[in-house]
Amino acid sequence: MNTEGSANGCQRLFETGPFIENRREFLNSTASGIGMAALGSLLTEDGLYSAVRENDDKLPGLDSPMTPQPSHFDGPAKSCIFIFMAGAPSHIDLFDPKPVLRKRHGQPLPESMLKDVRFAFIKKGNALLQGSPYRFARHGESGLELSELLPYLGGQADDLLLVRSLHTDQFNHHPGQLMMQCGRGSFGLPSMGSWLTYGLGSVSRDLPGYVVLTSGRGSSGGATLWQSGFLPSSYSGVLFRNRGEAVLNLRNPPGLPAELQRKGLDALGDANRQRYREIRDPEIAARIASFELAYRMQSAAPELIDLAGESKSTRESYGLDRKEPKNLGGRGKQGDTYQSFARNCLLARRMVERGVRFVNIVYASWDHHSNIPTELPYNAGCVDQPIAALIADLKQRGLLDSTMVVWGSEFGRTPLGENRNGKKEVGTGRDHHPFSFSMLMAGGGIKGGSTYGATDDIGWHSTENRVHVNDLHATMLHQFGLNHLHLTHRFQGRDFRLTDVGGKVIQDWIT
Amino acid sequence: MFRIHVFLTALVCLGITGVGQALGQQENVFQSDIRSLFAQRCIGCHGPDRAEGGLRLDLQSSSFAELESGERAIVPHDADQSELMRRIQSDDETIQMPPEGARLTTEEIHRLRKWITAGGKFSNHWAFGPVKNPPMPVVANSAWVSNSIDQFVLAKLERKKVRPSAEAHRSILIKRLYYDLLGLPPTPDEVESFVADQSADAYEKLVDQLLRSQHFGERWGRHWLDKARYADSDGYEKDRPRPNAWRYRDWVINAVNQDQPFDQFSIYQLAGDLFTDATRSQKLATAFHRQTLTNTEGGTDREQFRVEATFDRTETSASIWLGLTLTCARCHTHKYDQISHREYYQLYAFFNDSNESNATVDVKATANQEFLRKSDLHRKEIEEVNLKITHQKKKLQGDIQRWTAEMIVQAAKESRIRFHPADCVDVKSSSGVDFDQKKDGSYLAKGRVADKDKLTLVLKSPSSPLTGIRIEVLTDSTLPGNGPGRAPNGNFVLSEMRAYLGSDPNFKKDVIPLRFSSAEADWSQDKFPPSGALSKQNRTGWAISPQMGQPHHLDLFTATAVECSNDQYLQVVLDQQYGGEHTIGRFRILTMTGIDPLRTLPDQVSSSIRQDPSTRSVQQNEVIADYFLSQHSTTASLMKRRNHLRDNAPTVAEMSVRVMNPTQRTTKILHRGDFLQPEKEVQPGVLNVLANANTLGIPNQDHRPSRMDLAKWLFSPQHPLTARVTVNQIWSHLFGRGIVATVNDFGVRGDFPSHPQLLDWLAWEFSRNMSWSRKKLIKCIVMSATYRQSSVHRADVVKIDPTNRWFWRQNRWRVSAEIVRDLHLAASGLMSKKIGGPSVFPPLPTGVEKLSYANNFKWKTSPGEDRYRRGMYTFFKRTSPHPNLVSFDCPDSNTSVLRRETSNTPLQALVTLNNDVYLEASQAMVKRIYRWNLASDRDRLKMAMRICLTRQPDNGEVGRFLKLLADARSYYQQNEADAEKMTARHPVDDLSSTENAAWIATLRMVMNLDEFIVRD
Repeated sequence: MNTEGSANGCQRLFETGPFIENRREFLNSTASGIGMAALGSLLTEDGLYSAVRENDDKLPGLDSPMTPQPSHFDGPAKSCIFIFMAGAPSHIDLFDPKPVLRKRHGQPLPESMLKDVRFAFIKKGNALLQGSPYRFARHGESGLELSELLPYLGGQADDLLLVRSLHTDQFNHHPGQLMMQCGRGSFGLPSMGSWLTYGLGSVSRDLPGYVVLTSGRGSSGGATLWQSGFLPSSYSGVLFRNRGEAVLNLRNPPGLPAELQRKGLDALGDANRQRYREIRDPEIAARIASFELAYRMQSAAPELIDLAGESKSTRESYGLDRKEPKNLGGRGKQGDTYQSFARNCLLARRMVERGVRFVNIVYASWDHHSNIPTELPYNAGCVDQPIAALIADLKQRGLLDSTMVVWGSEFGRTPLGENRNGKKEVGTGRDHHPFSFSMLMAGGGIKGGSTYGATDDIGWHSTENRVHVNDLHATMLHQFGLNHLHLTHRFQGRDFRLTDVGGKVIQDWIT
Repeated sequence: MFRIHVFLTALVCLGITGVGQALGQQENVFQSDIRSLFAQRCIGCHGPDRAEGGLRLDLQSSSFAELESGERAIVPHDADQSELMRRIQSDDETIQMPPEGARLTTEEIHRLRKWITAGGKFSNHWAFGPVKNPPMPVVANSAWVSNSIDQFVLAKLERKKVRPSAEAHRSILIKRLYYDLLGLPPTPDEVESFVADQSADAYEKLVDQLLRSQHFGERWGRHWLDKARYADSDGYEKDRPRPNAWRYRDWVINAVNQDQPFDQFSIYQLAGDLFTDATRSQKLATAFHRQTLTNTEGGTDREQFRVEATFDRTETSASIWLGLTLTCARCHTHKYDQISHREYYQLYAFFNDSNESNATVDVKATANQEFLRKSDLHRKEIEEVNLKITHQKKKLQGDIQRWTAEMIVQAAKESRIRFHPADCVDVKSSSGVDFDQKKDGSYLAKGRVADKDKLTLVLKSPSSPLTGIRIEVLTDSTLPGNGPGRAPNGNFVLSEMRAYLGSDPNFKKDVIPLRFSSAEADWSQDKFPPSGALSKQNRTGWAISPQMGQPHHLDLFTATAVECSNDQYLQVVLDQQYGGEHTIGRFRILTMTGIDPLRTLPDQVSSSIRQDPSTRSVQQNEVIADYFLSQHSTTASLMKRRNHLRDNAPTVAEMSVRVMNPTQRTTKILHRGDFLQPEKEVQPGVLNVLANANTLGIPNQDHRPSRMDLAKWLFSPQHPLTARVTVNQIWSHLFGRGIVATVNDFGVRGDFPSHPQLLDWLAWEFSRNMSWSRKKLIKCIVMSATYRQSSVHRADVVKIDPTNRWFWRQNRWRVSAEIVRDLHLAASGLMSKKIGGPSVFPPLPTGVEKLSYANNFKWKTSPGEDRYRRGMYTFFKRTSPHPNLVSFDCPDSNTSVLRRETSNTPLQALVTLNNDVYLEASQAMVKRIYRWNLASDRDRLKMAMRICLTRQPDNGEVGRFLKLLADARSYYQQNEADAEKMTARHPVDDLSSTENAAWIATLRMVMNLDEFIVRD
């Protein structure tokens, strides 16, 4: 068992700390003392020596916000790929087989169960139970049970942890999505990736530590899902596009070749260095370093998204060139959603290989208030193969032990059919359901081939080993060697954390 | 970790000795060190929530008293007898404190021991005590002192044996003032003349000039908008646009420019709707409360989000004016700041007593003044014309009388017109719209609205001899805007009206078309006259805008009277081919017999003429005389001019904005902040910790305290927080950090002020002698020697005070997101200086809008000068804000922000290096430089650097960029195609594209210098 960090030593010293304004000034101010060793290592780790030449009479206390930081204790996970299924997929049809529900298909729910429940659209007086039409099968040595809509993931069953007992506090999409990303359904808070990079930095030299990839239509939460909240914007997720210009403003202006960009930066660097020698403000040195990292990113990011070097078998396994099914739905279809999602999964692997700390793949939307028979197979078909391929690929490359892959959403969907018209008939959709939902995890020290928690006979309430969203986050941080109680940031007089006021580490998930 | 901790401790010690003399040494120690230690490690169990063993370490009485155990936690002056000391040092696990987590450190224990030995006195939290007018400290180096601020700052520096920094160079001072007060760069000429100005008050003149600039309101208004969480969209999933939100933004800019006193400025925003006969401006100010988010996603509970918005109003207001974070108390009693769960809901009750509503306001703050000015002018013009008309009437009196008499004779000759209800036997709509016949014989369209239509009516036994047909268009509540048309505004276009006579009701044979000679209506729209209904063109016709919502009629006169028999039918066709749902909603057809010889006269004129001359009123005589004059060759133009003036009276342009309205609601404490779990009812009330020194003023016990009472309470002279918190915020915008560094936290866990007396002096002056004038306060601060110091980091002090808590120099920081843009646009000459108005849409990289929910948002790039407006006018969509702003730490507007972060990231470098608007600025910059007709490359480069750096560059700097210019030149000479691409926009006339491109490649790097976007 790992030991936890000391009670007050692990809070990161940053901008709003009471006595030290930020880490950078802290190091600078103590350059003759304890900061010196750290300073040297920062410079080599970040490769920033080139930014400030040796003929400068004194090195400034350079420190990038993404400089790797020690964890509280050893943890197996080094990177996380969070695949966020925005809109809330139906756990009943994908992860949580309910024979009793199927038997009671078309029957009303006892009034006692409905008393204090509210819905977005269901008219509860006439709502009827709706069993899943999909067959479930056991996979692998572990016999993990998944819907027939997820055949490829079935192939990776022995690496998967299936959690069936999640529940959340939020009932509408945007607040629910904020809850899943930030630990609480409010605005202005840092997202998971922000906390992780704030706590640990990133070992990637040429790429941002926290990257976001999207496919499908826009999610309810938009850019608020990768915000850094009250943390500096250095910890915001950086949106990557999977084709063309990978990051906004990455390309030089038309007519400006790389060689002139380099020469320009040399001139700029010289002038800024001269200014630094006069003013001695470490921020100037930091600005020089930022421009150099930007320049490196200009070549690293296009290399990252260039998949030419990937083998044919890799491309095929991820389904990179798949055609979209014609006979199915697809909410707000983009035309290339299948390919785009597959690319994102492959890019996530390439990012992890290059040291990116947190990759958030956002896919929208699973908000199936109707037409589950065509919409759900479309979505499941889109994500099943690439995610399975990603897990297999990571494993084959020896990266799965240090990479945590999470498949999650903001909540689940009702075992009741949606009857927006108020008619007493079984519909084709399901409404929002915060009381129970499921998710998948793999890698990063998570116990594969296991199923955790359970819901009642009809999948309404999480009944066994209930897991709150804060517990999920606590456990994720734990795998990175971070104690969720001690990864805090003081803001407006309060020490905030990802797990708000809750969270417990679930030991049963851990190998 | 351990080493960091030791270091922290060392700084803590520095902190203790660094405290000012305003408070007794004991109080200081307690407030800066002991209370926060208790708060962090003890109060959870020994505080208002639990008080285990009877001990409450938030109260002196309890800490000194004999407890359940028989011991006393603190025995003043005797640490060894204090149970607290015994427990924190004990190795016995059954009694040691704290029972969980790390033990207290040796230093913490030592700190407690020292404090108890000195008496162990508790004191109230400094920020909750009254503001005192402090005595002026004595300083040795009084020559340095410019005003009282310096006296406080210098006193501390002298105690620390630190010299203040020298005054910054004039070129830095002018840059600093321009950046701080306007967010714009001074021009090289302005810099030069200021540097050269030898007069003693040169600096003060500059300050006054900048405070008068209208751009001051933009710069400081934007600071306020951060606090007000202003944005142009709803937030949450659908994130709908709020097209009128900008009106509040302009209200703020205008109020700041007019230096509206801060108390009034605040009270209007908090409670403007509660003034008796609230003005438009007061109502508009409450849009402050409407900057909360609105969730319109499907299936939301409206009450949940109303409560959510009310939480936000409560917490935002507390944060801005009290500097306190109340969020924790929403769910439970606040451990540290002694704010209970109940008190939270008492404060919440003030805001809960409101409704979201709309108000009509002027589109511009200055609209009303403009209206009065124009009205006055207009009135004078009319008077002038009237005078001339009166004169003419007298002159033509005889002619008028003769003409009138003649008309009377004419009228007597012929029979008068009569209208007859029609017996309608059939109504058909070509587009299949259904009509109901009403009791009055009219027809009302129902159901589907057709884009275009053609109605065919068949009337039986028309009256004879037929001289015309009247169509009456009528209003109805089922029609848009009450009709009479079905277009969304209630208008319609009758593109053509035709009529046929026949004996077959199906009009298959023997059809006689009727010929019409003229048409008249009681009212017609400009360019849609009655005669339009006689023409065959579909785009012409009769319409009635803007007089919708009223009945109207159109008469068509036949060329000759038509004899009809009883067994004949009349078919009337109403063609409505204009499109856009411009069809008639309700109408009635009447037939006409008889001829009126006065028909060609307007109704009013003919009825006046028919009146017996002996009973004709003065007005009727006027009507006749006016008409005569309008037809008379010598006076027609005069009459026309009067009509034109009457039709074009000035109006105030108005718009509807989201505001608040008072109401009363029962407020209950919500268990854990859940709107579904209401508990006990509470009344509006203020926080106890603040009410002791400053009670809420209400006229009598029956009066339910309102937001107005709350607002006035905030600004009562006894209030300990409002003035302190506000001066601290203003100070932080001018120094990069507050006197209380935790600008947003004046609570127990916030920082102790670096200069408590200075803070109180500023608060005292601001709220009293300065009458809450922000401009006076800002002037006072920027006039100080403290503000004017150089920002160079001095090696001699960096080690003692690394974060410049003592203000021994000015600070440097990168300007905010909007200003980064503004500087580039202003320096290059591209910037539009237009102030206010609807938010604009500067170019957005493709794909960004796709992030919005279900791609529901389209960014329509603004044309013309709106492409180059200041950053603060960029349309702010909460779920997908402009990436150029976000990259530079622009807040997301979802919560109130009192202090922006200032990060320094590679993404920012990519923006200013490669983003299109920044490229465009460098292209325009070259053009601007070439306007000076300078002799050499060196001169041109120097000019560019003077623009961006507001100082004279040295030879080394210029030389470095000359080298880059040479490199760029040689590249583009060999790559002309690239040069063409670089110079696609803003090319310089008579300059080769290779030369032009080389300059762009060079100046874009000059514009990327750290110094340009850093406020020195």
